[in-house]
Amino acid sequence: MNIKKVSKTYQSAGRTLTVLDDINFFVESGSTVSIVGPSGSGKTTLLGLCAGLDHSTSGTVELQGIQLENLNEDQRAQVRNQYIGFIFQNFQLLPTLTALENVMVPLELRGEKNIKPRALDLLDKVGLADRSHHYPTQLSGGEQQRVSLARAFSNKPRILFADEPTGNLDAETSGKIVNLLFDLNKQAGTTLVLVTHDLDLASKTGRIIRLKGGRVVADELISIQNPVSSIQHPI
Amino acid sequence: MRDNGDLNFRKGLNFPWLIKMAWRDSRRNRPRLLLFVSSIILGIGALVAINSLGHTLQQEIDRQAANLLGADLELSSGKSITPAIKKIVDSLGDRRTEQRSFSSMIYFLKSGQTRLIQVRALNGEFPFYGEFETTPSVAGRSFRNNQQALVDQTLMLQYNAKPGDSIKIGSTSFAIAGILRGAPGQTGLSASVAPVVYIPLSYLAETGLEQKGSRINYKYFIKYDRPVDINNVVDRIESRLEAEGMDYDTVESQKEDSIRSFSDVTRFLSLVAFVALLLGCIGVASAIHIYVKEKINTIAVLRCLGARASQAFLIYLIQITGIGFIGSVMGALVGTIIQQFLPLLLKDFLPVKVTIAISWVSIAQGLLLGIIISILFALLPLVSIRKISPLNTLRISFEHTVIKDAAKGVIYGLILLFIFTFTYMQLNGWKQSIVFTGSVVLAFLVLAGIAVFLMWLVRRFTPDSFSYLWRQGLANLYRPNNQTNTLIVSIGLGTALISTVFFIQTLLLNRVTLSASGNQPNMVLFDIQSDQQLRVMNLAKNFKLPVNGTVPIVNMRLESVNDITAGALEKDSTIGMQSWIFSREYRVTFRDSLIRSEKVTQGSWTGSRGVSSSPVYISVEERFATRNHIAIGDTMVFNVQGTVLQTIVGSMREVDWNRVQTNFLVVFPTGVLEKAPQFHVLMTHVPSVEVSAAFQQAVVKEFPNISIIDLGLILKVIDDILDKVGFVIRFIAGFSIITGLVVLIASVLISKYQRIQESVLLRTLGASRKQIFSITALEYFFLGAFAAATGIILALAGSWALGRFTFETTFRPPLLPIVIVFLSICALTVFIGLVNSRFIVSKSPLEILRQEV
Repeated sequence: MNIKKVSKTYQSAGRTLTVLDDINFFVESGSTVSIVGPSGSGKTTLLGLCAGLDHSTSGTVELQGIQLENLNEDQRAQVRNQYIGFIFQNFQLLPTLTALENVMVPLELRGEKNIKPRALDLLDKVGLADRSHHYPTQLSGGEQQRVSLARAFSNKPRILFADEPTGNLDAETSGKIVNLLFDLNKQAGTTLVLVTHDLDLASKTGRIIRLKGGRVVADELISIQNPVSSIQHPI
Repeated sequence: MRDNGDLNFRKGLNFPWLIKMAWRDSRRNRPRLLLFVSSIILGIGALVAINSLGHTLQQEIDRQAANLLGADLELSSGKSITPAIKKIVDSLGDRRTEQRSFSSMIYFLKSGQTRLIQVRALNGEFPFYGEFETTPSVAGRSFRNNQQALVDQTLMLQYNAKPGDSIKIGSTSFAIAGILRGAPGQTGLSASVAPVVYIPLSYLAETGLEQKGSRINYKYFIKYDRPVDINNVVDRIESRLEAEGMDYDTVESQKEDSIRSFSDVTRFLSLVAFVALLLGCIGVASAIHIYVKEKINTIAVLRCLGARASQAFLIYLIQITGIGFIGSVMGALVGTIIQQFLPLLLKDFLPVKVTIAISWVSIAQGLLLGIIISILFALLPLVSIRKISPLNTLRISFEHTVIKDAAKGVIYGLILLFIFTFTYMQLNGWKQSIVFTGSVVLAFLVLAGIAVFLMWLVRRFTPDSFSYLWRQGLANLYRPNNQTNTLIVSIGLGTALISTVFFIQTLLLNRVTLSASGNQPNMVLFDIQSDQQLRVMNLAKNFKLPVNGTVPIVNMRLESVNDITAGALEKDSTIGMQSWIFSREYRVTFRDSLIRSEKVTQGSWTGSRGVSSSPVYISVEERFATRNHIAIGDTMVFNVQGTVLQTIVGSMREVDWNRVQTNFLVVFPTGVLEKAPQFHVLMTHVPSVEVSAAFQQAVVKEFPNISIIDLGLILKVIDDILDKVGFVIRFIAGFSIITGLVVLIASVLISKYQRIQESVLLRTLGASRKQIFSITALEYFFLGAFAAATGIILALAGSWALGRFTFETTFRPPLLPIVIVFLSICALTVFIGLVNSRFIVSKSPLEILRQEV
């Protein structure tokens, strides 16, 4: 992923509000990166731009060699479907779909056939095989996030974006989710871009990009602490 | 870098998956989705019921066509039989009967009561098809051979008469052979306007009612025993019939007339039902709007996962199509049930017996209409789905969630086009369709405008000094996601429809009542022969009734206007005269001065002809002249019962038709018609019902040929007709009110989640159940009050306009009914609002949170 001179401004009450200003960085395939910073520093906006959820005001976002600025919304949706996985702070499972159906949706959107075994396998990996027919409201927060993880990996993404993945969970559950996330990511060889204000979580990635006031104030490589594996079978 | 142009972006929509997703997504919402369409069920139901009836009726009329006429051919004329007419009649058919009908008084010998009726003197075997429905059944045939009569059932009931009793018509008594319950082509309504009494034609002369100048309608019913093409027969004799001033009716033309007039009725009722459907659709649009708002997150997640905007949109469109179909099926079912009751409702208007059958065509039309219209209205909120950004997954309150969309303009255009097309299919006329569509749109806009204005008023002017409960109740009217606009439009328009029908009914009755208030005449005696004038006036004076002389009336027909004849008018449609100008009979008077209800607006009034060689200057009513392009100086040639009379239009008069006066389209000067066959009219004022009855009895006893109309009778007849017509319209318009209430129920239940959160918050902050109950009650009271007031104001404005421009009378708002309508709508709204909110109010906050949130 190559971010070049990316800026994002909003017009509000006749004034220009700069949320991101001249952001530049390159993320290598298979690496893990955290974007950290205080509230209002532009982390989530940057994630939205990197994942093709929004347009930058200037600059370019290149993902898997595809320049997102040149695509319309539907084409970006297809890029997301083919190359990107998402994990959200508030899980964002579809409330009317069972756990299994939630995991199947990205594959169904691709028009793939015989996807049920793969989705069940993923649910098994996150330890929810026996809850596959449960609806999100019948699952705890941690279980919902595990379904979300299974869904994020279901389309075999090249890059995974996680927005405060433990923000809504208690410490114990957070630890389990983080381990699961890093294990799955490692086994799939996916690039991971993590937005968080939790420095402990950030320190588990190989690189930390610090934002403040919409600008990159630091970009540091760190030594990765391997989390304890909770996965018995590779993906 | 990869060239984006090489990317192979998928094109297909993956339709099976869309259907699967639509089904999955509906899982927790199915009862709510059904609630959305509940508001169209009644509208579709009413339409299916009316169209089914129309369809069934058309088939019945088709099947019973011959029974409507009772013969193969009917000839009618206002003139007594001439050798030429006799020759025509005798040349037709294998069997013939003759009927002479006219207005006269019936006198019930047992009770001494009298009433104006229509006498039909009949010979031969008529009806050749179908039969008179009588009790006893043999009476339909047996009365013809004896001095007996068949008397209409409403008369029998009204005057408590029984078969075997005696009645007097003219100077002859008849025994009642039986009760007449139905005759070919006769409806209950026509019987209540002019109740019919059949007597044998052979006894007509004895009654003494057939005198020169009497207004008698002559009919000849023809029957062919062998197969004959009636159209050929008619073509052959048409010119001769025209020359003799005769009209004709065939089975086919009678059938077409009946179908046409009932098509008009069912089309009108369809439009009233269509308004109910439109109201329901506003409810659908409003409910889907809230639904889409709740679905923003789901849609954003789908977009994040790679769903295209069109796919997200189609998932919900499929859902709406599905529930639109289910709603329409339910509507069609309701309509089929209602249809069973419509013949009862319309029994007084139906000329044939209707056997209820399911009309699959009408059901299919209803289904199609329901699906199209629910989709069209749901599209308004649904198109916003295309614009929902995946960014909503990251920021719940993403500010660009709902943005302006040009597609909405297209959808509004499509809705307008649809309303116009539907209307055009009912009315078959561009102008009326544009007026109807425009009126509907205007009414909606006015109601929506009033709703917005009220919300602004409440927001701006709610005093801080009001208690918290009042302020909160009022604030609920303009808070986000409020339903004020939808409910004011739906309940308001329903109220407006019902109230307008009621107000117009009152207005028409008042008009008749007012026209005879004070000392104005309220009784008309007509058919007074010249030699009876003095004696009738003396009789009136004996009863101390005011009499200002009698008015002579001469019957005549118009032969030509400026040499334009009926034949020329038929051939040249550019002449601009109305077709009936030559076919109608003119009742004309002659006098030397104007009366109080008229004034000359053009030309100069000529009261007397002077010498017999000078031209005859007549005075013509100005609207009649304008409609037929008749100007001062034009020549009008009249046929006064065989004598041709050339006249010149000398003046135009403006006539106040609202006054009970002997008003005329054409007035002759004195010195022209004095010798013509004529009868006289006398107007008087009777002070009470008792005097009226006594005077009528005395007149009928002494002068059997004289007919009497008293205003009490006119009022009763009008009241009866308006009641019957009004009931049918109110019944169909009632669907609008009920639809408004269904929309209310739906909107209360749909906004339940939002209300639960508020209620829980208020309860947590210490509000008592009673306080929350009061806030809810106040909110619905204001909603009901605003909706009812808006509807009533609209109805008052509409009634005033109809009164002013159509009925040309002053509309006086009936205060008591207004108060009753207002309070009823308020009470109903509060009741429905509270019943549906009781769940939220009556349980503990935690319990609700566990169940619902």
